[in-house]
Amino acid sequence: MSVELFKSEELIKINYQPPKQDWLDPAVDFAAKKGNWCYSGVLKSLKYLDLPHTPVKWSAADEDWGLPENWRDIILDGLRLRLERFRTLRIFMDICVRCGACADKCHFYIGSGDPKNMPVLRAELLRSVYRREYTLAGKLMGKMVGARDLTLPVLKEWFYYFFQCTECRRCSIFCPYGIDTAEITMIVRELMAEVGISIDWIVTPVANSFRTGNHLGVQPHGVVDSMEFAADDLKEIIGTEVEVPINKKGAEILFIVPSADYFAEPHYYTLLGYLVLFKEIGLDYTFSTYASEGGNFGLFHSHEMIKRLNAKTYAEAQRLGVKWILGGECGHMWRVYHQYMCTMQGEQGNLETPKSPITGTVFENAKSTKMIHIAEFTADLIREGKIKLDPSRNDHWIPTYHDSCNPARAMGLLDEPRYIINKCCNKFVEMPENTIREFTFCCGSGAGLGTDENLEMRLRGGLPRGNAVKYVRDNNNVNILLCMCAIDKATLPAVCDFWAKGVEIGGVHEMVGNALIMTGEAERTKDLRGNLLKNKEDK
Amino acid sequence: MKLWFSLFVLAVLIVIPLWGANIPGLRPFFGIVVPYAALAVFLIGFILKVIKWSKSAVPFKIPTVGGQQRTLPWIKRARLESPFTALEVIGRMALEILFFRSLFRNTKVEIKEGDKVIYGSNKYLWLAGIAFHYCFLVILLRHFKYFVDPTPGLVIFLQNMDNFFQIGLPLVYITDIIFLAAVGYLFLRRLFDGRMRYISLASDYFPLLLILGIGTTGVLMRYFIKVDLIGIKALGVGFLSLKPVVPEEVSALFFIHLFLVSTLFAYFPFSKLMHMAGVFLSPTRNLANNNRAKWHRNPWNYPVKVHTYEEYEEEFHKLMKGAGLPLDKDYAEEKK
Repeated sequence: MSVELFKSEELIKINYQPPKQDWLDPAVDFAAKKGNWCYSGVLKSLKYLDLPHTPVKWSAADEDWGLPENWRDIILDGLRLRLERFRTLRIFMDICVRCGACADKCHFYIGSGDPKNMPVLRAELLRSVYRREYTLAGKLMGKMVGARDLTLPVLKEWFYYFFQCTECRRCSIFCPYGIDTAEITMIVRELMAEVGISIDWIVTPVANSFRTGNHLGVQPHGVVDSMEFAADDLKEIIGTEVEVPINKKGAEILFIVPSADYFAEPHYYTLLGYLVLFKEIGLDYTFSTYASEGGNFGLFHSHEMIKRLNAKTYAEAQRLGVKWILGGECGHMWRVYHQYMCTMQGEQGNLETPKSPITGTVFENAKSTKMIHIAEFTADLIREGKIKLDPSRNDHWIPTYHDSCNPARAMGLLDEPRYIINKCCNKFVEMPENTIREFTFCCGSGAGLGTDENLEMRLRGGLPRGNAVKYVRDNNNVNILLCMCAIDKATLPAVCDFWAKGVEIGGVHEMVGNALIMTGEAERTKDLRGNLLKNKEDK
Repeated sequence: MKLWFSLFVLAVLIVIPLWGANIPGLRPFFGIVVPYAALAVFLIGFILKVIKWSKSAVPFKIPTVGGQQRTLPWIKRARLESPFTALEVIGRMALEILFFRSLFRNTKVEIKEGDKVIYGSNKYLWLAGIAFHYCFLVILLRHFKYFVDPTPGLVIFLQNMDNFFQIGLPLVYITDIIFLAAVGYLFLRRLFDGRMRYISLASDYFPLLLILGIGTTGVLMRYFIKVDLIGIKALGVGFLSLKPVVPEEVSALFFIHLFLVSTLFAYFPFSKLMHMAGVFLSPTRNLANNNRAKWHRNPWNYPVKVHTYEEYEEEFHKLMKGAGLPLDKDYAEEKK
């Protein structure tokens, strides 16, 4: 599918009036909703990961999904287990008052008007089954109190709507009890995975990450080639040789980025930004091919899968004998590193609390996990005056900044990137206040939904972000949307192309790389994309 | 349908005491047995539910963060929106519980002029919610004058504040008016907002109707249809001292009020009203955003199948060697 198939004037005509029919009657017409759901997981990937799978290749549009005979029991037993394992789930099942505060906070609801995309109803899809199985009222009074049996149509509805949630957690900020739809989505996806139901843009990246270390399945020599290519490019732009250490034992720092940074555009320019920065400050670091992916598609699959993939990070830090770990620009990668990794893998006593070798700053906020975000690292460098920046080299850009869901709402990493951007660019502009910081809107393609076949839903989900970008494009001539997430960088180009034509997508460290004045450098005439610098144009 | 069902249940709950109050033999049942039973169900049900919740694990520290994290010392952090210490968590919880912080953020989406997505301020739900809860609390506390003799000073103070404007006879309590208005708003909102009607269940209409019924019968008794307050106080004081006496002259209206209140208590632990306890236990609000500084234990953390470096090198060593990457094992020697 391509963006040309849709027209923004058409897609924005959204009807927020709910239908007459009771929501408890499940009805998803997959054939009519093409463009709004994803292809199912391929057997090869499922088998590689030893995951349950259906005996046949199935598509959501098929009548028969080839489920195991006892699929209901598997799911209900799984639900019972998870009610004991997750207090979130138990409480979120019991206390929602359906006040409606979350309703119009979801980008998929705003963009589609489909009432089951209201976070409250998305959760009710599970809650209705919970009530039927575990509450007296639900057993006795059924539909009247919103209870229903788990039937195949209900499962199909789960598939449709729980793969229409990007786990962005915006609704949770507005909920008076903090009910977090991401938590519910994660658990329902886990339950579906137990009966072999999954989507391919999750299980295949997971299988690739498991095997090769990165979601694209790039083998070690491919990573090396890519880095050499980047070094060649940089030589042309900055005029000096840049060495890219890979799998180097004894380096001080292990550096992990989302693998798209070395294979995709516009991610690649962010990679160039890192390399230029590290060259200038002489950082003793190494990339790894074994842990060549910061992104963790396991987060979109199950808690177990998060742990299976995430294990590589500490394992590689130990094998290489580094002191601490530095992480690049990525969204959900940081949800895992910040909120899950250390709990899952245990503290690594022999790693050290991150300490910047350049400024001496000790990052006490990471004394347990031993891993910091590159924005924290760079903000400190700038603050301590260890690098020189010429923001006028970014004068051809009028940037705005998109907070990625997870760094914003899982970490609270809000002001570090803004500090960096303001030091590297002269013309930074903020988008409207209800669309940034903790209120930021998802790109609409996170949590494994960034596939081609799902394009209509992605564009719909991208409306709130795209519209905010359009606002600053029209009012402030913004021409680049900066972000710190690989999925953003991969999917916002389509969103902006559709909703805010003419705005490009870039990374924060791309701006750093442009503005950085290198010791003894030759005069810089081009930015990292090869664009002629503005101050050169004028002359 | 869900609304009619709730109305029907409410009607039944009114008719039962209306009928029972006229049968002298049943008065002790409605005046004593039902309230005690309801209170017992409430207390036991409430505690059991909280115990059940507490037994579920908190495997991960997953607060939803609403502000700048603690990081470099020169970056101003949001202590109450992104709490790092236990004290800051208490602060965040206090804001949430006392002032409904998150609900205060509420906005309303509209698409204007064809292509402008606007997020307007929308505080009515917050206003009605907070007005309803605080008035309910004041009214509940005021009722202690029927349970404690002499009436406690705090209750008299509340009464005096509440009828501060000295309007009407008997003096009108401001909380009575705000309470009914707020509950009325919350109810009408469910009826007339299409989106709210779509998501509302009988278990949403019913508590509101029940509370409206309690409020209305209470207001009727205070301002319009006089009841035997001395007899009621005797019952209340007796209730707390476990020596209840049912007064002879009390009207059916009082029994309806009491029966509805009893229903509310008994219904509470099995309903969404348990959000009262749940808000304290919600892991996205009551955990600190200090994940990378302070380790959190998952009680059911279990080993998983991983792909080790050795397996990786085993599979890719030729390619790695070709690309000039160092290897841990000497594969050439093994072959010899």
